Amino acid sequence: MNTATESFDGQITQQYPDKKGHFGVYGGSFIAETLMDPVTELQEAYERYRLDNEFIAEFEWELKNFVGRPNPLYHARRWSTELGGAQIWLKREDLNHTGAHKINNTVGQALLARRMGKKRIIAETGAGQHGVATATVCARWGMECIVYMGEEDIVRQAPNVFRMKLLGATVVPVTSGSRTLKDALNEAMRDWVGNVDDTFYIIGTAAGPHPYPTMVRDFNSVIGKEIKEQSLEHTGRLPDAVVACVGGGSNAIGAFHPFLEDSEVALVGVEAGGDGLETGRHAAPLSAGKPGVLHGNRTYLMEDDAGQIIETHSVSAGLDYPGVGPEHAWLKDIGRVQYVAATDTEALEATHKLCRIEGIIPALESAHALAHAVKMAPSMSTDKNIVVNLSGRGDKDINTLADIEGITL
Amino acid sequence: MSQSRIAARFTEAGNRKLLVPYITAGDPDLGVTLALMHTLVKAGADVIELGIPFSDPMADGPVIQAACERALKNNVTLVQVMETVKQFRETDDHTAVVLMGYMNPVEILGYAKFAALAADAGVDGVLTVDLPPEEAGELVAELRSHNLDSIFLLSPTTPDSRLREVCDKASGYIYYVSLKGVTGAANLDTAEVASKVEHIKSISQIPVAVGFGIRDAASAAAISETADAIVVGSVLVALVGEHGQDPDTLHEKMFDTVNGMRTAMDQAGVSA
Repeated sequence: MNTATESFDGQITQQYPDKKGHFGVYGGSFIAETLMDPVTELQEAYERYRLDNEFIAEFEWELKNFVGRPNPLYHARRWSTELGGAQIWLKREDLNHTGAHKINNTVGQALLARRMGKKRIIAETGAGQHGVATATVCARWGMECIVYMGEEDIVRQAPNVFRMKLLGATVVPVTSGSRTLKDALNEAMRDWVGNVDDTFYIIGTAAGPHPYPTMVRDFNSVIGKEIKEQSLEHTGRLPDAVVACVGGGSNAIGAFHPFLEDSEVALVGVEAGGDGLETGRHAAPLSAGKPGVLHGNRTYLMEDDAGQIIETHSVSAGLDYPGVGPEHAWLKDIGRVQYVAATDTEALEATHKLCRIEGIIPALESAHALAHAVKMAPSMSTDKNIVVNLSGRGDKDINTLADIEGITL
Repeated sequence: MSQSRIAARFTEAGNRKLLVPYITAGDPDLGVTLALMHTLVKAGADVIELGIPFSDPMADGPVIQAACERALKNNVTLVQVMETVKQFRETDDHTAVVLMGYMNPVEILGYAKFAALAADAGVDGVLTVDLPPEEAGELVAELRSHNLDSIFLLSPTTPDSRLREVCDKASGYIYYVSLKGVTGAANLDTAEVASKVEHIKSISQIPVAVGFGIRDAASAAAISETADAIVVGSVLVALVGEHGQDPDTLHEKMFDTVNGMRTAMDQAGVSA
């Protein structure tokens, strides 16, 4: 298998993916035969509606009036001063309805499901943010909602489980495999195979068979578009760097994609380094994994030498996934995006910093991006600007944070 | 090119329908798998599908998921599974063997190396569940260069527009998934399956095997009236799950179940 060698100068956003959803050698549709037909139906529906003015107008109306967009690009002045280098700007996805970027995508997919006449919605969730965002749009449009969630994650993320139930969703515990996000995805796929006629699967990250990676990216690209406009408004130019955390990579691809052809803007994806890449206990397939095939697409994976998927580790449940969206795999290979990792400890330090210095409690996922900005900023001059995508708020993580400090709430 | 072992089994069968049992390799260990393969042959197997254990078997129900977990506790690998087939071939040159599994173990080994090892071991065909023909060009070419058959799935949701294309890319046999669901599900509609199998046979010459949801001698016999071959998996894998630590009971029950299907299929063939 060859890795991609295409140049990214110029036509990057027009040329990729190809018609079958390939980003270089990555992406595609690696799925069982029974799913080929519903996936093809989805591809056709998405091709049609992504260019449909009425669909786009409704999506934008919902983002404005239900989600609360645009959210601010906030200048973290005190923190920038303390770091003594580049200016740090925070893209406040945490201020969206439901508290994270996930709602951008679930609104888009729910509108598509409605147009396709599908009334039963399934989803997988890890940290519970995508589950909550899916349950929210299902309540909003009166659709049945079933969320698959690993038994381990149900324990770790109890408040989000209760939120989903409040919103009327059925949360199904997944007891197979490692009982986390990847197993929830397996179980949702199994549900879909058995219920293809009436069911729409809202995948929460920019992975899965084509068209999911493209569709999830497009629905989240509002993040990068707003960063672009707001940067021009605040600073009169594009930022020098955009930094985002990468689990499956939906917030990052949404933040990066509108900048792919702006070669003066450095793009940095930050994976979950867990206990450190050298320990093997992490969730950083781009930094320390190998290409393979899982969950419908070819991409970088955390796997052993025999091709078995291995268990991941991260303090943040939302990054605890052994794969990553195929577009990230391709952007890594062609060198347009730099992928790095931040450890649990670094993410926790960044969390506490942001709480104390800026009065914002970040999600542990987003804190990985913050942790990398801490490393970047001091070596850059004070007239440079780094945008960190603050993909979610940290209220959901207070139990985890308290546990780490030995506090019982 | 000489006729493949799979094609030879279909040719010599005439009106007799082939029986294709599936077991997960390495469940609970590869020694048990090798012994079970010989028992399956004694009970009437014409082709054996050997499941390659995978950590994330997305198209499988709970029975085969559990089998994968048991096999992976011993770190069973694709290379070891092929070595087991080679051992099987020391005393059985007749029964066809198909490897069935997911892409990633094949992907990491590399297509060329996989095809060479499989051919050397005496494997006859390969079925990767999460590899539709649209993505399979490279692997099919490697397998073909080693005279290995590429088996693809068809399902109740496959539209006619794709059906012919899938049949054209497949060799050995086409595997019709008899229901919308994962392996071991229980909503099998015999009449619907029969009409779909007849439809496939009106479009392509390739033999049609039917699997997913065949649980007993009666359903095997009923489906065999139209299909060229019957695949049975979860029922047998459940026996391994239950009796894996008690070889005598396991072999006895495995023989009785498979042989009961064989007998019922042969009787259905006579009465038809």
